[in-house]
Amino acid sequence: MHKDKKRILRRVGQVLISSVITVLILGILFYVTQGRDVPVLDTHGLIADQQKTLILVVFALGFFIVIPVFILLFGIAWRYRAGNTKAKYQPEFESHRGLEALWWGIPCVFIIVLAIITGISTHALDPYKPIESNVAPVEIQVVAQEWKWLFIYPDENIATVNFINIPKDTPINFTITSDAPMNSFWIPALAGQVYAMSGMSTKLHLMANSVGTFNGSSANISGDGFADMRFKVNAMEKADYDTWAKKAEQSTAFMDEAVYTKLAKQSHDEPQATYVVSDFNLYNKVIMKYMSSEGSAHGSTLKAAN
Amino acid sequence: MWAGIQELVFGRLTPADFVHDPIMAGAGIGMVGALVLAMIALTYFKKWKWLWKTWITSLDPKKIGVMYLIVSVIMLLRGLADALLLRTQQAAGGSVEVLNADHFQQIFSAHGTIMIFFVAMGIIFGIFNLIIPQQIGARDVAFPFLNSVSFWLFAAGMILINAPLVVGEFSAAGWLAYPPLSGLQYSPGVGVDYWIWSLQIAGIGSLLSGINFFVTIIKMRAPGMTLMKMPIFIWSALGSTSLIMFAFPILTATLGMLALDRLMGMHFFTSDMGGSPMLYINLIWAWGHPEVYILVLPAFGIFSEVVATFSGKKLFGYKSMVIALAAITFLSFTVWLHHFFTMGAGADVNTLFGIMTMVIAIPTGVKVFNWIFTMYRGRVRFTTPMLWFMGFIVTFTLGGLAGVAMSVPAADFQFHNSLFLVAHFHTMIVGGVLFGAFAGFTYWFPKFTGFYLNEKLGKIAFWLWIVGFLLAFVPLYILGFMGATRRLDHYDPSLGWQGLFIVAGVGVMIIAAGVGFQLLQIVVSIIQRKKNRAGEDPWGGRTLEWSTATPPAEYVYAVIPTVTERDDFWESKKKKHHKVAPVYEDIWLPKNSGAGAIIGLLAMIFGAATIWHMVPLAIISFVGIIITLIIRLTTDDTEVKISAAEVAKHELKRSAV
Repeated sequence: MHKDKKRILRRVGQVLISSVITVLILGILFYVTQGRDVPVLDTHGLIADQQKTLILVVFALGFFIVIPVFILLFGIAWRYRAGNTKAKYQPEFESHRGLEALWWGIPCVFIIVLAIITGISTHALDPYKPIESNVAPVEIQVVAQEWKWLFIYPDENIATVNFINIPKDTPINFTITSDAPMNSFWIPALAGQVYAMSGMSTKLHLMANSVGTFNGSSANISGDGFADMRFKVNAMEKADYDTWAKKAEQSTAFMDEAVYTKLAKQSHDEPQATYVVSDFNLYNKVIMKYMSSEGSAHGSTLKAAN
Repeated sequence: MWAGIQELVFGRLTPADFVHDPIMAGAGIGMVGALVLAMIALTYFKKWKWLWKTWITSLDPKKIGVMYLIVSVIMLLRGLADALLLRTQQAAGGSVEVLNADHFQQIFSAHGTIMIFFVAMGIIFGIFNLIIPQQIGARDVAFPFLNSVSFWLFAAGMILINAPLVVGEFSAAGWLAYPPLSGLQYSPGVGVDYWIWSLQIAGIGSLLSGINFFVTIIKMRAPGMTLMKMPIFIWSALGSTSLIMFAFPILTATLGMLALDRLMGMHFFTSDMGGSPMLYINLIWAWGHPEVYILVLPAFGIFSEVVATFSGKKLFGYKSMVIALAAITFLSFTVWLHHFFTMGAGADVNTLFGIMTMVIAIPTGVKVFNWIFTMYRGRVRFTTPMLWFMGFIVTFTLGGLAGVAMSVPAADFQFHNSLFLVAHFHTMIVGGVLFGAFAGFTYWFPKFTGFYLNEKLGKIAFWLWIVGFLLAFVPLYILGFMGATRRLDHYDPSLGWQGLFIVAGVGVMIIAAGVGFQLLQIVVSIIQRKKNRAGEDPWGGRTLEWSTATPPAEYVYAVIPTVTERDDFWESKKKKHHKVAPVYEDIWLPKNSGAGAIIGLLAMIFGAATIWHMVPLAIISFVGIIITLIIRLTTDDTEVKISAAEVAKHELKRSAV
C-alpha cells in the first residue's frame, strides 16, 4: 500500500514537471515569435498567396495521417506496457492481411491526392509562366554579384543596386543571371525562389498585390559576403512608380561597362544606388562573358555580345 | 634553385599556413595535445605492442567495429562543438562577431561533412562489423583484409578533415561544395582540396566496405537461412550496401572531376569553357540522395529488432517490411532532382520528381504502422532502446511530414535552402540515424561487454536529447517561415530572428548535456560492471547473435548453426530439445596484418601531398600503396588455426559459467 502511494506520487511529480517544462517552452516560443514578420505565411503577392495556400493544404492533409499515427503509437504502447498483465499477449501475432492492406492503401490514397495537387500546382505556379493580366508587365533583369544584387530595368533604362521598386498589381518578369558563384533569388512575401547562375538566364514571374516594403535575399551560399546579399522590394502604386522611374532617369550616375566592372568587384554591405543605363546590352554581355571559349570569366572585363 | 627545391618538396605549404586565429588554434592544440597525451600514456604503460597487435593489425570485425565506433564518437564531439560555435555566432546576431564570415563558413562546411561521413557512416559501418556476421551465423566477413583497408582509409580521411585545424584552412563552400564556388576561381586555397581528398579517401573505403558486407550477406549466411529467413536488420543492411555499391562510384567520379578541375585546370564544372556546374549538382545528388537511405535503412533495421525484442513478439508484417525496404532502396535513386527544383527545370520534370519523392512516403508509412503493430498484443518493456524508438517515431513522422511538404515543387520554392530545410534534414538524420544508433548501442552493448549500460543515466540522456532536440530545431522550422536562409553568419537585427536563434542555441547546449550524460553512462557502467552483469541473452533476444557467448569468442561460433526458421534463436528457446554433444572442428581465422594500416597511412600522405601540391611525395606514397598491396596479395600464409581441442576447451568453460 505504502509503495503504491509512493509510486503514484512519483508519477504525479513526473507529470507536473513535464507539464511545467512544456508550458515554459511554449511560452518562450510564443514570446520570441509574437509580432514578428513571417513572410512565407504573411504574403503580399499573387504567387506567394497561392504557395501559402498550397503549403497549408499539404500540412492539413498530412496531419490527417500524423495524428492517428501518434494516437496509435501512444495508445498501443500504453495498453501493452509490460506492467499491464490484463492486456492480451499474443507473441505469434505477426501478420494480418486486412490491416496490412489498410496501411498500404491509406498512404497510397493520400499520395494519389497529393500527386494530383502536385501536378496541378507545379504547372500553375511554374516560375517560368508569365502572369496573365491586362496590365503591361515590367521587365527586370537581375544580376547576382559578389556580394550584391544589380537590377536592370531595360525598358526604363534604369539600374538599381540592392533594391527594386515595383508597381503593385502589375506582373513583374524577372530574368536572372549571376556574375558570381551560384545564388538563389528569393522574395518570400512575393514568390518562391529561383537560382541565379552564371552563363545562364533563369526566369521568375510575380505580382505584388499590396503596397509595402519586402525583404529579398540570396538563399544559396556564394562566398564570404553571402550574408550581405540582401535587398529591399518596394511595392508601390503605379503612379508613384512612374514618378520614381522618371526621376531616376534624370540621375547623373551612369551604368556603363567601366562602372559595371567596378561594381562587380567583391564588396560587402553595398549601399543602395540608382543608375541610368547607357549600355543596353549589359545583361546579355554578363551572360556572354561565360560563353566564350577563351575563359574570359577569369578576367573581369565584358566583351561585346553577338 | 633553393626556391625550386622548396616548391618541389613542400608544394604550396609555407610556415604561414600554421598560423590560425585563437579558436581554431585552440581546437588544433587541443587535438594535437590529446594525441600527444595518448602517445605518452601508451609509452608509459608500455601498451604500444598491445595496440599494434590487438587493434591496429586486427582483421577481426568485432575489433574493427569498435574502432569505427570510437572514431565516430570522437567525431560526434567535434561536430557538436562546431554546432555550438555556429549557434553561438547566430545567437549573438551579428552584434558581436564570435567568428568571422570565412571561419563561420568553414565550420558549417566541416560540421555537415563530418557528421555525415565520419559520424553517421562510421556508426553504420561499426554496427555492420559488429552485428552482420553474428546475425547471419558467420565467423567473419567475406574479405577480412579488405575490411581492414576500408577502416584505415576511413581513418585516413578522418585525419585529413581535421588537419586544417593545424595547417591550412578548410573548405568554406558548404558540405556539398557546389561549383563554381568550389572551383579554382572562387576558392583558390587548400580548403576545398582538403574536402575533396578526405572524402575521396574515406569514400573509397566506404565503397569497399559496402561491397564487402553485400558479399558477406549474400554468400556467408548460415545453412538454412534463406533470404526470407534473414533478420530484418540484415535486409536493411542488404539494401544499404546495394545503395553504397551503386551510389559511391558516382561520388568518386564526381570528386575526381572536381579535383581535375582544380589540379589541372580542366572545365568539367566551371561556368565557362563549356563546363557546367549543373552537371555537378545533378551528380552529387545522384549520390547524395541514396546516401540518406544508406544511413537510415540500417537504423530502420535496428528499430525493427529493438521493437520486436522488447515487445516480446514477432515483428509485425515481415514480408511487408521486406517489400517496403526493397521499394525504398529502389526509389531512392529516382528522386535526386528534388534537391534543386529551383534550378529552373520545367514543370513536367519537377512534377515527376515531386511525385516520385512522395511515393517513398508509402513504404515508409507502412513501416511505421508495422512497427507500431509489433507492440500490439505484446508485452512492451520500456527500456532505453524503446524510448529511443518512441522518440524516433515521433520525430521521424513530423520530419517526414515536413519532407512531404517540400516534395511539392511549388511549395519547395518557399522552403528551399531556408532553415526549414535545415530543420527537416536534422529531424530525419538525428531522429532517424542517431536515435537508431543509440538504440542499437544500448541494445547490443551487453552482448559485447557482458554488462548492461546504466539505465537511469541512459534515460536522463534520452530526455535531455528529446527536449534539446525540440528546442534546437522547432525554432528553425519557424525561422524558415520567417524567411531565414541557412548559413548566415549575420543578419539584420530588425528581422527579429535573434530570440529564436537563442532558443535554438540553448537547445544545442541541452543536447550537449545529453551527450555528456551518455559518456558518463558508459564510464559509470564500466565502473559498476560487476553489479550490472548481463548473461548471454540479456533481453530475451530473437536472432542468432544472442546465441553466442558473451562477450563472443574470437571465432564467435564454435559450430556454425543451422537455421530452420525466422527468429531462429527465439524458436529454438521454445523447443526443449535435448542437447546433442557438439563435434568441434579446427577453425581457421585470418591472421593479423599491418598492411591495412600502412595503406591507410600512405593514402593519408598521398591525400596531404596532393592537397599541398607536393608532387614527388604524392607519387612516392601512391607507388607505396601499390607495392604494399602487391606484397600483401601475394602472401599465402594469411590464416591462423584454432584447433578443435582449443575450441572444445573454450566452450567447456563457457557452459561451466
